[in-house]
Amino acid sequence: MNERVPISYLTPDGERHAVEAVAGDTVMSTALANHIPGILANCGGAEMCATCHVYVEQDFVNQLPEMDDEEDGLLGFTASERQPTSRLSCQLVVTHELAGLEVRIPEAQV
Amino acid sequence: MTPQRRVVVIGTGHAGFGVASSLIQLGKARVVLIGEEPGLPYQRPPLSKGILAGSTTREQIAFRPGPFYEHECLELVSGDPAVGIDRVNTTVLLASGAEVPYDALVLATGARARSLPVPGCDLDGVMLLRSADDARALAERLPDVASLVVIGGGFIGLEVAAVARHRGVAVTVVEVLPRLMSRAVSTEIAGFYADAHRRWGTRLLLEDGVEAFEGETGAVSGVRTAAGRRLAADLVLVGVGVTPDCTLAQECGLAVDDGVLVDERLTTTDERIFAIGDCARFVSPWGTASTLRLESVQNATDQAASLARRLSGLGVGPYCDVPWFWSDQGDLKLQIAGITSGADQVVLRGDPQTRSFTALCFRGDRFLGGESVNAMADHLSIRRMLGAGPHAASPSAAEFADPAFDLRTHAITGGAT
Repeated sequence: MNERVPISYLTPDGERHAVEAVAGDTVMSTALANHIPGILANCGGAEMCATCHVYVEQDFVNQLPEMDDEEDGLLGFTASERQPTSRLSCQLVVTHELAGLEVRIPEAQV
Repeated sequence: MTPQRRVVVIGTGHAGFGVASSLIQLGKARVVLIGEEPGLPYQRPPLSKGILAGSTTREQIAFRPGPFYEHECLELVSGDPAVGIDRVNTTVLLASGAEVPYDALVLATGARARSLPVPGCDLDGVMLLRSADDARALAERLPDVASLVVIGGGFIGLEVAAVARHRGVAVTVVEVLPRLMSRAVSTEIAGFYADAHRRWGTRLLLEDGVEAFEGETGAVSGVRTAAGRRLAADLVLVGVGVTPDCTLAQECGLAVDDGVLVDERLTTTDERIFAIGDCARFVSPWGTASTLRLESVQNATDQAASLARRLSGLGVGPYCDVPWFWSDQGDLKLQIAGITSGADQVVLRGDPQTRSFTALCFRGDRFLGGESVNAMADHLSIRRMLGAGPHAASPSAAEFADPAFDLRTHAITGGAT
């Protein structure tokens, strides 16, 4: 419980923010807790908006929880272009297996 | 350099927290965030959903963990409510006697759940649901409840009814109007939800009100209705709407009329004081009235973001973001885009039998918005479409209703082919 997992966020200005995430938290809530700019999460993680969009580093794509229909639908409406590595960070729960995860934050969320 | 401009925010809900966190991120102001409840500011939607169902904890619904508030430009004052505003000296008075000076003041005081002033309303077991404490009290009792009576067929009442019914509680919903959710949705959607709740085993009593709550030992045991019914109840949830909290605004002489009155820049009749979220009645081009007061996360969050940019000296136009709402009842996800009340024509896209469809609402030729059930793509398309403005051209009712009509492509291309 409460295991720390190193993950990092790459912001559009090219800056890399390394943080210690708590296993069980989401990639979205971890960003908010650490003042990482660019992840808005307007709906608070209710899977109702698409303002916590991230691009996941290729190596980790297959280790992530599967995408549900809602997330897939929402990703059709992101402000920055959807790519094959696009996910909503509110749906990505941090686990030990994701140590070293890197996500890129898109230019725009709204 | 630390910014000197001091913005004081009263209220720690989605609006108050939102404006404070955006201001901190923009870096042009110091913020004092004042809340009446102790503890960390939290999100409200899970109160009638995950918290009640026991699948979500109080810690999980905090907007941010404690260390977030250690920011040098942010001060959180919790459990010490604001009790007065001195507009001449530009200070806020707290219950503790402390005075907090402001350069700009944001009222995000929200709304209070209405109670029903009928005999027996003070009985133990007659409850409201607005705060985390309310939700916790309700969740603690629910496992021991055999029969729940919900007063009011709105979002809150119906969400609680669905959760309780799912746990095997006998549930009766009493609604004074002829249909459910009459403020929020069309007759078509209301009828669909009435059927769904009945199928889940909830008893719906429409066009009936409460005469009295009954109980002998200080605890509620039943409800007597206006139509003369006697309903057994070991728990009653009163979900009959909210009243905007305008007390501070009124006492300091700001204009108030079912909400703190603000212009399209969210400014009150005092140019240093702003109001956002559930407590604000704002000038809006949406819907069919000239002003709106909305009780929603979207409204609170988007007004907060808009005001934070304005208070940070960024160019900001009038506030006119697309309103949207949601309600989770059982396995049905209701999503509304636009202000659909006042519609005189409703067409359905999709078949309610499939439990995935959208009601499209028009007034004359004007498209007001859509109410979607388990139809995320429709909802998002409509939100995107409405983004062109409240009076923008839209597909006709016939086009909308045609299942072959590609709503998403239309939304994304703005109708250009």
